[in-house]
Amino acid sequence: MTSAVSFKQVSRHFGSVRAVDAVDLDIAPGEFFAMLGPSGSGKTTCLRLIAGFEQPTAGSISIFGERAEGVPPYRRNVNTVFQDYALFPHLNVLDNVAYGLMVRGVGRTERLKAAEEALSLVRLPGYGARRPGQLSGGQRQRVALARALVNQPKVLLLDEPLGALDLKLRENMQEELKSLQKVLGITFVFVTHDQGEALSMADRVAVFNDGRIMQVGTPEDIYRRPNTRFVADFVGSSNVLPPDFVQRYSGQHRWGSLRPESIRISGAASGDGVAARLVGTNYLGATTRLALDADGLRLHAMVPAGAALPAEGEAVVLTFNRDSLHLMDEPA
Amino acid sequence: MTIAAVQSNPTPAILPGSGGMRGAFSDLFWRRPKLLLLLMLSPPLLWLGIVYIGSLFALLLQSFFSIDEFSGLINRKFTLKTYGDLFQAANLDIILRTVTMAALVTLASAIIAFPIAYYAARYARGRWKALFYLGVMLPLWSSYLVKIYAWKLILAKEGILTWLLAKLNLLWLLDAWLSLPIVGGNSLSVSFTGTFIVFVYVWLPFMILPVQAALERVPGNLVEASSDLGASPAQTFRNVLFPLALPGIVAGSIFTFSLTLGDYIIPQIIGTSRLFIGQAVYSQQGTAGNIPLAAAFTVVPIVIMGFYLWGAKRMGAFDAL
Repeated sequence: MTSAVSFKQVSRHFGSVRAVDAVDLDIAPGEFFAMLGPSGSGKTTCLRLIAGFEQPTAGSISIFGERAEGVPPYRRNVNTVFQDYALFPHLNVLDNVAYGLMVRGVGRTERLKAAEEALSLVRLPGYGARRPGQLSGGQRQRVALARALVNQPKVLLLDEPLGALDLKLRENMQEELKSLQKVLGITFVFVTHDQGEALSMADRVAVFNDGRIMQVGTPEDIYRRPNTRFVADFVGSSNVLPPDFVQRYSGQHRWGSLRPESIRISGAASGDGVAARLVGTNYLGATTRLALDADGLRLHAMVPAGAALPAEGEAVVLTFNRDSLHLMDEPA
Repeated sequence: MTIAAVQSNPTPAILPGSGGMRGAFSDLFWRRPKLLLLLMLSPPLLWLGIVYIGSLFALLLQSFFSIDEFSGLINRKFTLKTYGDLFQAANLDIILRTVTMAALVTLASAIIAFPIAYYAARYARGRWKALFYLGVMLPLWSSYLVKIYAWKLILAKEGILTWLLAKLNLLWLLDAWLSLPIVGGNSLSVSFTGTFIVFVYVWLPFMILPVQAALERVPGNLVEASSDLGASPAQTFRNVLFPLALPGIVAGSIFTFSLTLGDYIIPQIIGTSRLFIGQAVYSQQGTAGNIPLAAAFTVVPIVIMGFYLWGAKRMGAFDAL
């Protein structure tokens, strides 16, 4: 089966900066694919390479089997939902949504009908006459989505589309995007720096760092079995354990990762486990995040809110299930 | 600064006033911000209201007087007779000539200015941007008269342009153009074409700067979004860039149009003996001594600009503001 998007050794350099560095990537048709990474990690440049706003310095990109290098954005059947939506301020909502059809020469009545349908799809029916400036952030984002979807793209690119929304709205939109993708069956490529967003929405996630892909896998793969310290640390801020520490518990001299929620805490007298000292607590609502000092090694633990906690500065003992200690291959 | 120093900070929570006149004024203006606004705005408002608008109003009043054709004295009685004089064939000719010239100059300025402004707004950075501003502003620093006389030399029969075209074996092209009626003449410096060229040259910065400012406000991702949605560069220009730059073009055209409508020096030095509105005003209020007709001529550009702005607003030129 041909991939929806395929990168072969793709690089994009800006002068001496390697924004994207020899990336190989295959995105399956109909997949909800997330590109996750810190800012400057090359994920947005990858998205722009697919859209055609950037051209690769080296390597080849194909979209549904067709070579895409040198093809301008307006000849790619790929649409983008921009980070700040990029709605045309001089057009009303309906004309914004119908824009792609207009430039393709679709007649006025037909394209306005299609635009109205697209607005219903994103649950904004009847908003067509308004100007983008009269809409809230969440509504603008839906309009941007409708404007892209009305063209029935082969691939929909979303550049941090939820970044500017507040928490509640973001959670709603996450669910909505996901169900929309299921219904439409269009390949979604989603760029985000929010690991929670990537894990909850995507079928597969690629974790970017320094212009390279560190790991590609299902959200569970990425979360449970990070292959590098970077992935372990970036995705859900795992405790990264040095080889000397890991050797004591697993017998192997390798780097390990331990999820904060896998650590249990008990009083100093309860014997077996890692001796540590509680140095700080951070109340997060449903859980409490504890900062611990185990003989110079800084660890974090996540406990349910309301659990009885020792006072700050007190000695505690940490225990964890050996299975939850994940070993990583990479030395660095 | 140590932690101990922060913890034992001896200064009080409320600081004493700085004292003296300055301190008193600072506090007063802080408490009554409108007072400061009033002090800052009254001198320019007085200037604008009395000296500027007031004298303009006095001028307009003159246009409702008439001149006694025998004595040459001004008859200070309200009449529309002077305005009627504007519609005499000779005067109407002047108005039409000026308006046509102003429209052509504006159109040409917009066409020339757009690519320059577009480059400056979207591509020029750092040193190139500074160079752009310098290049656009530099002509404004030198005397207007010097520039016009320089152009007279450039466009003259013995001038550098003729010389250059002769070297390029293109003199026949110039001759063919000069042999045309209306736009032609003995040489460029005594033709309407020459007047047009110099008008465009002199007013071009006034078009470039507002268009550049308008294009600067167009987010780059709108151009990307348009392209992403399938619009070719030409379609993006027509549907996104041009509508969003239109307020800037209209602002620039207000300058180029109204400055051309009112100018009397350029057509005097470069062009034919046929008059433009500015020259008509100049001669009516000077040698002819017909202040009412001069005033009526002055009203023409004001009325035209009024209609122009109204039309531009109707066309939606300011919607993107």
